[in-house]
Amino acid sequence: MSPDPRQSESPHNGLFVNGLCKSYGPVQVLADASFEVRPGEVVALLGENGAGKSTVSNIIAGATKSDAGSIIWRGKPYSPANPAAAIEAGVGMIHQELKLLPDLSVAENVYVGRLPMRGGRIDRATMNAKASAQLKRLGLDVSPERMVRTLRIAAQQQVEIAKALTLNAELLIFDEPTAALGGEETELLFQQIRKLKAEGMSFIYISHRLDEIAQIADRVVVMRDGRIVARHERADVSVRTVVEQMVGRSVERMFPTLSPPGTDTLLEVENLSSPERSFNDVSFSVKSGEILGIAGLIGAGRTELVRAIAGADPISSGSVRVGGQPVHLSGPAAAIKAGVVLVPEDRKAQGVVLDQTIGENLAFGNFDHVAPKGWVFPKAVQKFAEAGISRLGVKGRPNQAVSKLSGGNQQKVIIAKWVSRPPKVFILDEPTRGIDVGARAAIYDVIADLARSGMAVVVVSSDLEEVLGLSHRVLVLSRGRQRGILERSEASNVAVMELATS
Amino acid sequence: MTVSNDASDLKATTGAQGATGAKLSALFAGTMGPLIGLVLLCLALTLTTDTFLTVRNILNVLDQITVLGIMAIGMTLVILIGGIDLSVGSVLALASMVMGFVAHPDYLNLGLPAGIAAALFVAGLCGLVSGLLVTLTKLPPFIATLAMMSVARGLANMITDGSQIVGFSDWFTNLSIIRHFGFLSVTVGLMIVLAIIFAIFLNYRATGRSLYAIGGSAEVARLSGIPVKSLTNWVYAICGVLAGLAGIVLAARLDSVQPSSGLGYELDTIAAVVIGGASLSGGVGSIGGTTVGVLIIGVLRNGLNLLGVSPFIQQVVIGVVIALAVATDTWRRRAQ
Repeated sequence: MSPDPRQSESPHNGLFVNGLCKSYGPVQVLADASFEVRPGEVVALLGENGAGKSTVSNIIAGATKSDAGSIIWRGKPYSPANPAAAIEAGVGMIHQELKLLPDLSVAENVYVGRLPMRGGRIDRATMNAKASAQLKRLGLDVSPERMVRTLRIAAQQQVEIAKALTLNAELLIFDEPTAALGGEETELLFQQIRKLKAEGMSFIYISHRLDEIAQIADRVVVMRDGRIVARHERADVSVRTVVEQMVGRSVERMFPTLSPPGTDTLLEVENLSSPERSFNDVSFSVKSGEILGIAGLIGAGRTELVRAIAGADPISSGSVRVGGQPVHLSGPAAAIKAGVVLVPEDRKAQGVVLDQTIGENLAFGNFDHVAPKGWVFPKAVQKFAEAGISRLGVKGRPNQAVSKLSGGNQQKVIIAKWVSRPPKVFILDEPTRGIDVGARAAIYDVIADLARSGMAVVVVSSDLEEVLGLSHRVLVLSRGRQRGILERSEASNVAVMELATS
Repeated sequence: MTVSNDASDLKATTGAQGATGAKLSALFAGTMGPLIGLVLLCLALTLTTDTFLTVRNILNVLDQITVLGIMAIGMTLVILIGGIDLSVGSVLALASMVMGFVAHPDYLNLGLPAGIAAALFVAGLCGLVSGLLVTLTKLPPFIATLAMMSVARGLANMITDGSQIVGFSDWFTNLSIIRHFGFLSVTVGLMIVLAIIFAIFLNYRATGRSLYAIGGSAEVARLSGIPVKSLTNWVYAICGVLAGLAGIVLAARLDSVQPSSGLGYELDTIAAVVIGGASLSGGVGSIGGTTVGVLIIGVLRNGLNLLGVSPFIQQVVIGVVIALAVATDTWRRRAQ
């Protein structure tokens, strides 16, 4: 651990954060946070949701004011009144939700608010040339005149970085930059960070993907409950140590022990293809009690494949059989009726109605059970909800709004919605995305229980550890094609990545 | 006072009134703000006028709100699923013109029952077309119903080349005049029955609850196996039928139909639904709330008339009330 920066004897020209505090009403979200970022260094800021990472970043980036404490940046006291002042001082932040104007061009986005003018008109030639130069510096080959909407998420993120570079940023704060990126795109981002680092830029890097930290960070700061609980001088600390510091207790194990699968084949997928060719000629089967993991890079067609099996998107050819019976996948309703349920990728947009209660959310999709004759009585909903809540261990009451729950509990609500039917095939797409490390083990236990109760379970995940730790077998997709199915014994990081990048 | 959406808190505040109170509060759950506003409004008018709190005047108010009330029921469904229907005023006019054209001796002379059936059919068809424009061609509801608003108004004018049709059978006009049991005209009764039916539908039928899911998140609803497209078509069709019914009620009240009737009614209707606590982004709203919204507009108009306030100032006041009602609702939500 590093010494407290307040006692540091060798001041450098970087960032010193000294004793920052912040409270919202009676809730203290940040208590005495102190750390430093040296020039040309990447500091990883780790912690669960609500640990205070965002608050401390927002204070440094000028979006929030601290109640107490001080910051020294490049040798001078620094307290930005707003993000513009922070940018002026050379501090930029790349938010997880990108803040771009989708219908303006790349160059316009880079120079928005300070468009180069000549003779009272926008000097487009200069603007495009300058933006182009910055994009080249990042190794990005897109026309500066292209609409941002037409770019992939990864390229949009590069536009944000290019914008920060033209603002002469010397400290960049990244909030979960790789959450929406695939393996190759992540590698490109890391290359750029290393390059800019060599030019003397500093970075604060927030991520939930702990495996990335050793690759990109120089030092690690761990936060919990608004406090800094650990500082590591090197980034090659074990994931387990970091996780234990983040959750504040020792973690016995992440993944449950799997029971052997049964003998009945519940799901058979044959030569399935999508109309958009996002997946092609995929065939596999899953037995009762078995967990099949689906791995692949972003854009490999994993989500598209499972959505099609759940009836959410159309297929162009191929067939799906559930329990030996062919299923006509005309829509989600048909799939649900046949016993195929999906916990979708985007929890908040596709999984739950946030403003409605747990009870209502559980009833949606189960009116055939809750209201057999079409009459919905509050008592029946209440009873149904209580059963689901206790079965999954959701921390909440039936009449509580889902928006008030943590991500992990929201995910349990979605699982609870389907579990009582009971389905034959349970598909989970990115079941732990955006969920605290400490809460993930509970979701893994739930998934193992689903299999143990005799369902065929399919898990899609970008987190390779998760796929490997949870699956009996792993199906690997690459660019829409099935590259192989690995048995648990042969599925390793390397084996999966080899197939995924083939 | 702070009002919570939490049903148990509501029960606690009304617990003294026993089980009936709790049930009533559940019916008006989330609409306590508008309800308090309505009560205050009535109190103020009772104190400032001699005539407001008389049986005769209250019955007048009920008569005056029937057209708005019936349309607002359909609009509640549309707004609940996150849509909007700008065509209801025009559909009202078209339906009443169809009825007049089919029924009136000067035109087809097929009798009022046939005229009413044709009117409701055409109105439902208009709604269905709006629904299909939304679900099939993926037009935003605002645009789809804006188009229908123009088409229906044009058709209404084409039927008689813009002239009105006057004079229907006595039994028809009596529907809005004769007060059975001393207080209840058929048209007012119709509005009350419809409100009760749709309140029960939205609260206790699986299909009604599904509308809340669609409004909350259409994608969540679809992935939950709810037939989002067909329900959306149905909702717009029902909204159309109810607008047509409102046109028939208006015809009975005026003993005439004219292609220019119902101008601007869509905005009154949307205002009533929104004052009643519904969210234009969908998923929030109730018939109880809409009833309160309709009553607020009705009582406000009536009261301002009794006070001798000019119609121009009335428009200003109603505008202010809309802004105030929605603003307080937004503040209250944020405070929670």
